[in-house]
Amino acid sequence: MAYAPSSTTSGSTTGDIHLPDTARELVKILIAGPFGVGKTTLIDSVSEIRPLHTEERLSEASVAVDDLDGVREKSTTTVAIDFGRISLPGGIVLYLFGTPGQERFRALWEDIAYGALGALVLVDSRRIDASFDVLALVEESGLPYAVAFNTFPDAPRHHTEQQLRTALDLAPGTPLVTCDARDADSSLDALLALVQHLIDRDPPEHR
Amino acid sequence: MTGRRGGRPLVPAYLSTGGVARPSRPHLERLTVLSGSGESAPADLPAAQLALLDALYGGSLTVLEAAALLELPVSAVRVLAAGLLDRSLALARAPIPPAEHFDPDLLKRVADGLRALKHH
Ligand SMILES: Nc1nc2c(ncn2[C@@H]2O[C@H](COP(=O)(O)OP(=O)(O)OP(=O)(O)O)[C@@H](O)[C@H]2O)c(=O)[nH]1
Ligand SMILES: [Mg+2]
Repeated sequence: MAYAPSSTTSGSTTGDIHLPDTARELVKILIAGPFGVGKTTLIDSVSEIRPLHTEERLSEASVAVDDLDGVREKSTTTVAIDFGRISLPGGIVLYLFGTPGQERFRALWEDIAYGALGALVLVDSRRIDASFDVLALVEESGLPYAVAFNTFPDAPRHHTEQQLRTALDLAPGTPLVTCDARDADSSLDALLALVQHLIDRDPPEHR
Repeated sequence: MTGRRGGRPLVPAYLSTGGVARPSRPHLERLTVLSGSGESAPADLPAAQLALLDALYGGSLTVLEAAALLELPVSAVRVLAAGLLDRSLALARAPIPPAEHFDPDLLKRVADGLRALKHH
């Protein structure tokens, strides 16, 4: 997309996705939410590479890998998980994973969430309850999170922040921001609300 | 508006995977960085492993990116990469260097970096 990467990446406009030589610390944040909430849109608005995806199996079976076709044939039900990447100064590379939140993704969810810094949970202001499952999954996984209200044009505007917090059953310290996932700055602000929350939390004792 | 299932306890913080709880044994994570070792590919290398090795000629890739390029599930790339590692054809590096597992500055540097990307 439109950003010039901050480090010495050369490939972002040519479609080369190899890592910059400067990459040292690779971290990830989950962009979680129900179907159609704007996950891919948000990732696309901030990623330095065109969002890519992997096809992931929902039911995992161990397979003997002989050749590519053999691998593909043995796939069972799959779901596409998209991701984007942002190179930050100092050799940090931040990956964003668009993660669907339905209950049937639980096993996959745990694999993707492993080692993540936290999750940004997108909520469609027209159908708040579609995000309940994903909030439950995030909380079970123990990931710290922030909530971004994706405002669609036909969304009801009468909610107060307190009504939204009550509807979502958010803990008082959980950040709640509004966001337009199509806008890079707005998406960055939502990510910043999450990262600031991670910084502000009392650091766990054993770090 | 109805709230979601009330009374559900929040997961205690000590169960959080929050970025730093990684096992020390080598493990192929989504963000494990793979690179070619420079050894040339033996003639008997299975086609799928060769495809992965080829993808690493242009530079390093995470397991995740290799999966996207090869249009394979991450789990399949883990298997292929393990095969290449066993034969010393590829090298793997953990997402965060071990010495920096406890870097308290990491989040702050992420925030600074994101702020710098904003257009105004
Ligand atoms: N007005 C408005 N439209 C948005 C916003 N975010 C996403 N959209 C639109 O909503 C539609 C769905 O967005 P996606 O990004 O594909 O949603 P998703 O969460 O990736 O959906 P799935 O991958 O199907 O789960 C697209 O047509 C977007 O253009 C937003 O913040 N405001
Ligand atoms: Mg999507």
